[in-house]
Amino acid sequence: MVRSIMLVGVGGQGTLLASRILGNVLQSRFDVKISEVHGMSQRGGSVVTYIRYGDKVFSPVIEKGQADMIISFELLEAARWMSYLKAGGELITNTQRISPMPVITGAAKYPDGIEDKIRAAGIKLTAVDALSAAEKAGSAKAVNVVLMGVMSKLHDGFDKELWEKAVEACVPAKVLDINRRAFELGREMV
Amino acid sequence: MSKLMLGNQAVARGLYEAGVSVVSAYPGTPSTEITEEASKYSPDELYCEWAPNEKVACETAVGASIAGARSFCAMKHVGLNVAADPLFTASYTGVNGGMLIAVADDPGMHSSQNEQDSRHYAIAAKVPMLEPSDSQECKDYTIAAYELSEKYDTPVILRLTTRVSHSQSAVSESDRADIKLKEYKKDIAKNVMVPANAIKKHVIVEERTRLLTEYAEDCPLNRTEENGADIGVITSGICYQYAKEALGDSADYLKLGLINPLPIKLIKDFAAKHKTVYVIEELDDIIETHCRKIGVDVVGKEKFTYLGEYFQSSIKRVILSEEDEYTDFPEPVPVRPPVLCAGCPHRGVFYILNKLGVTVSGDIGCYTLGSAAPLSAIDTTVCMGASISGLHGFNKGRRGEYEGKSVAVIGDSTFIHSGVTGLINIAYNRSNSTVIILDNSITGMTGHQNNPANGKNIYGDPAAAVDLEALAHAVGIDSVRVIDPNDLSAVEQAIKEELNKPEPSVIIARRPCALLKSVKHKPAFKIDPAKCKNCRSCMRIGCPALCWGESHVTIDSTLCVGCGLCSQMCKFDAIEE
Repeated sequence: MVRSIMLVGVGGQGTLLASRILGNVLQSRFDVKISEVHGMSQRGGSVVTYIRYGDKVFSPVIEKGQADMIISFELLEAARWMSYLKAGGELITNTQRISPMPVITGAAKYPDGIEDKIRAAGIKLTAVDALSAAEKAGSAKAVNVVLMGVMSKLHDGFDKELWEKAVEACVPAKVLDINRRAFELGREMV
Repeated sequence: MSKLMLGNQAVARGLYEAGVSVVSAYPGTPSTEITEEASKYSPDELYCEWAPNEKVACETAVGASIAGARSFCAMKHVGLNVAADPLFTASYTGVNGGMLIAVADDPGMHSSQNEQDSRHYAIAAKVPMLEPSDSQECKDYTIAAYELSEKYDTPVILRLTTRVSHSQSAVSESDRADIKLKEYKKDIAKNVMVPANAIKKHVIVEERTRLLTEYAEDCPLNRTEENGADIGVITSGICYQYAKEALGDSADYLKLGLINPLPIKLIKDFAAKHKTVYVIEELDDIIETHCRKIGVDVVGKEKFTYLGEYFQSSIKRVILSEEDEYTDFPEPVPVRPPVLCAGCPHRGVFYILNKLGVTVSGDIGCYTLGSAAPLSAIDTTVCMGASISGLHGFNKGRRGEYEGKSVAVIGDSTFIHSGVTGLINIAYNRSNSTVIILDNSITGMTGHQNNPANGKNIYGDPAAAVDLEALAHAVGIDSVRVIDPNDLSAVEQAIKEELNKPEPSVIIARRPCALLKSVKHKPAFKIDPAKCKNCRSCMRIGCPALCWGESHVTIDSTLCVGCGLCSQMCKFDAIEE
């Protein structure tokens, strides 16, 4: 069996680092493929990383109706990508809002009640304030590692030590303490 | 023990293991990480450099190969257009040390200005081309390419696509092969392509293609997977993975790793065993056309598109008539296009250009985002360097009518790549054109590579830096000035003055990229709600850190880097440090 996870967010939020941590954990037991977006979208655009794992993975890409789990780094992105979940799929989102340029210029409105509307669609949603937790850990940039903490708790197939080692292996040494705290705070949120 | 690697990282590992000793490249998504990763190995073993452009990179690899070293160059698809000149003749000279060119296509145009299919180049230049489908194959094919290159005396192209380059999968590592530098002997008949020699070499090139076609019939790079199915699929690269995902064991596969030249008997034999044969290939109908040419009936582009990426669902839809079900968010979700970053030093220039209503000839880089609303400042973007030469042509075409109201904008790295030749043309063939070099001291869009204008080489060591002011003077531009793009009134004054001069001019807008680690940021600015009239003047600079609320504008303190541009826009002094 192959499982499909997506990390979605805004370019610059650190989805690539989070996918490295997740890949590091999954690789201990599974065949893994991770597909990333580099280049132009990283400049504040909507970004997505696909992670697929199982006995044998072929395609590195996930399409609409195929994901088991989506971890969204920003609320509007949760709405944008929710159609990628299959029936019974699960969504974890950061409640942080980052306005896209059409909202900044007033050409579009940031939708209200996103969490309720996602739940009304029958999706299992976990919403957390990862930004506050990251700031508490010492840096707003640690949102990505807070969310990996949340994921590690909800996705209990892997030992905590394995996750901790993965954080250590993927995060630059000088910000390791902040990220260790961020990971713990993420685990405490759910 | 295997490691998760990006396809690009696995190519770099392959270079290391194949005993390659010279790497030269110009960055370009999705190829950039090959050279970045290769530069992490010791330069004593695997020397790497950023070249000014892809032509120089390719010629450097050609020279290193003639010298007897295994050599490599990498580029994105459009980079191969720039490097096509050396490629076509290196096909004739052949190699001494093995030579590989990696070219990364971008189906779906994630970060590109067109969707060209580089497989045409292998056919046109008559060189072998390999196409891996995952990271392990990226490494294995890289190593295999050097064996082919030296055995058949030819440069080889490794064709990648975004999903192969930027996907991670497991790769097993081996030691570096002990490849000795080959002897260099002067050989005029082989290496001097004057007509008399080239005529003889062309005969050899055609014979080489014949031999490589024979090799393609039973080489380990091409393989069949038999499941006893009625459906046969001929495919290569990432499409193999999509086909396996979609069809599993319900189809048989002919997976082609050597995609130029293509086999004949292998394809005929495979097709003869199947009721229906599909060719699954993104972009152009290269394999399909070959099949038809050799008399094999296949289903190809009449069912599959020439546009974009395929993925598993399009294959399921076409062959199995199956669709995945999903639920959309119940209302429209505002789009989130990429934008110039908060604090980007290009923003001020584009704001002023838009304000003055100037016609802007644009170029390739982060600053192409100056075309997006609300700045909407760019009129044209074609290819690397075209801003400057295009502006000259625009001004010649309109007989000078636009000379006082049009500019070219180009980044420092792009200017070095192929902008300087256009500037020489402006000076030499005299158009009263104004060129703005957006010098942010880095190659930005591809993720911060050093370049010949910023004084550092690929290893971050000090290097000669092109003096842009002196260079502009040296090619014949007398009016050259440097401005700080974050000082809006200075930008406006400089642009107006240079446009009004009866001579060509160069304005260098110099401030380093806000994302560089060496750039110290100021604390986030704040809005004083008592002073803010909610007039939204500040919103006209299109900064992602600004957001308007019901009563006043707010600044996102996690994004703001304190550049102060918005405070220059405010007439009510409502924006404070």
